[in-house]
Amino acid sequence: MKRRSLLLTLLLAGAFGLCVGPFYWLAMAATQENSDVFSWPPKLLPGGHLMENLQGLQDSIGLTRVLFNTVLVAGVQTVGAVVVSVLAGYAFAKFEFRGRNLFFVLLLSTLVLPDTVMLIPIFEMMMKLGLIDSYQSVILPGLVTPFGIFLMRQALRSMPDELLDAARVDGAGELRVLWRIVIPVNRPVIAALALFVFLGGWNQFVWPLIALRSPDMYTLPVATATLQGLATTNYAQVLLAAAIAAVPVMALFLVLQRQFISGLLAGATKE
Amino acid sequence: MSLAPSEHAPATATPAGRGATGQTGRTRPGHRRLLTRTSVPYLLIMPAVLGFAVFKAYPIVASLWISLTTGNGAGRHFTGLDNYQRLLNDPLFWTALKNTALILVVQVPLMLGLALLVALGLNSTKVWLRPLWRLGVFIPSLTGLVAAGVMFSVILNRDAGLLNWVLSLFGIDRVNWLGSPFWARVGVVLVITWHYTGYNAVIYLAGLQGIPQELYEAAKVDGAGPIRRFVSITLPQLRPILLLTVVLSTIGTLQLFDEPYVLTGGGPDNATLTVTMYLYNNGFKYFDFGYASALAYALALIVAVLGFLQVRLMGERK
Repeated sequence: MKRRSLLLTLLLAGAFGLCVGPFYWLAMAATQENSDVFSWPPKLLPGGHLMENLQGLQDSIGLTRVLFNTVLVAGVQTVGAVVVSVLAGYAFAKFEFRGRNLFFVLLLSTLVLPDTVMLIPIFEMMMKLGLIDSYQSVILPGLVTPFGIFLMRQALRSMPDELLDAARVDGAGELRVLWRIVIPVNRPVIAALALFVFLGGWNQFVWPLIALRSPDMYTLPVATATLQGLATTNYAQVLLAAAIAAVPVMALFLVLQRQFISGLLAGATKE
Repeated sequence: MSLAPSEHAPATATPAGRGATGQTGRTRPGHRRLLTRTSVPYLLIMPAVLGFAVFKAYPIVASLWISLTTGNGAGRHFTGLDNYQRLLNDPLFWTALKNTALILVVQVPLMLGLALLVALGLNSTKVWLRPLWRLGVFIPSLTGLVAAGVMFSVILNRDAGLLNWVLSLFGIDRVNWLGSPFWARVGVVLVITWHYTGYNAVIYLAGLQGIPQELYEAAKVDGAGPIRRFVSITLPQLRPILLLTVVLSTIGTLQLFDEPYVLTGGGPDNATLTVTMYLYNNGFKYFDFGYASALAYALALIVAVLGFLQVRLMGERK
């Protein structure tokens, strides 16, 4: 039996408190009246105005519409980016072809370039295509994720070739091999990737802020930020919006915690 | 290379899906693999390459071109390096760069140092309830920047914010976070540190768990104390991961936008105006795309140089 250290445990509990404490406060503040958000001392117990604040958000930003937009954008982006990443990752992991290394290095090199370099040309492109203020304008640029392709390549490389060859000998075409073997065998890492992309899509801010114009099209982060900028800001509502943005993400994470962390580590520690 | 044309010629004439339609029965497996080797991978990477060309490669090149022009739409004309000239003489650019650099040199070491400490704690078998603490410290990194920014704009409120209240319990006077140039910077640093420390800690934790225990056993036998073991084993073993996090955090902080946008709007007195924020203002408030693109390229250059230096300084020594 190892000796445990109370001091170390308390230090970590302190770090835990610093990390999680603000969320507790947020949850409580979101249920207060606006005037009570800034009361001294801060209210640290539930306030009973949750429904009222929800109704307020519905009136001010059209909460249901905004949530629909956010789920749609993040959802389509997730499906698309996962498909693109699995296909490309499979090619990079399991095929020899001319230009393989060149393509791969080019793809990865965009990981280190600041996204801001691409903002203006993409904006002009979307303007020309008449796509500004549309779902497509937000979704399309998110479909190619160098990180996703990298992650899938790393994961698929560790799959034994014999498994694939056995299926090929049995007469399965490449799509069938992919669908029947590659995807089922790698379901955990694909789930992790899906979660990453969804998180990114759910939280993305700068590009939607630029690409979306009408409040009807806003995603939750954009709507929240514009709400905060108003002179007559109702802070209880803004904080509720922030809480609503944080909750689904945490719920997803709690459910898929193991895949998520192993996926993150696969991306960070391999090679 | 003489083999290459004859290898490729039949394959390009063969539809990729042919193997799936029952042809395989008659072909030797070796021959089939040749077919797949040539056309299937190109089909598989096609969506990625297409997306890459449209949303990465083209914008990178176009941005460089735009940075050499002035005016938008039909009025756009080539003005050479004018935008870069202007940038060098623009006091606001230097302010933004200085702010970004200040935040960078304080925030990245602070965050990564804390993350390493947390990771060491999480890796210690002397600690109770480790999975719970690990979960807790990771959670902030899931939150979107806007949600975090909004949350902290109230927590850092001078008169009634949670942080000042907690400080008051320890007898510390109210701090004018976000209201004074100095404290606004500190506030931004605090929020980013809160946001990403746990994420880096979890990455370090994985690195720590990958260090072979025998190394530590051997060092103990040789009489090395805990600090010696940390310096001579842990740090060198972690070097690739440390490098990765340093480079990624540097890139992230150099592109800092969301937190100051939501927390301070760049103020007070431009104290938290970052390069990306200045870029955003020029591009999407004043619609000066040429100048904004020059800013973007200047930033990319800084990122590249810093990244290169970091890799050279911290990378494997051969």
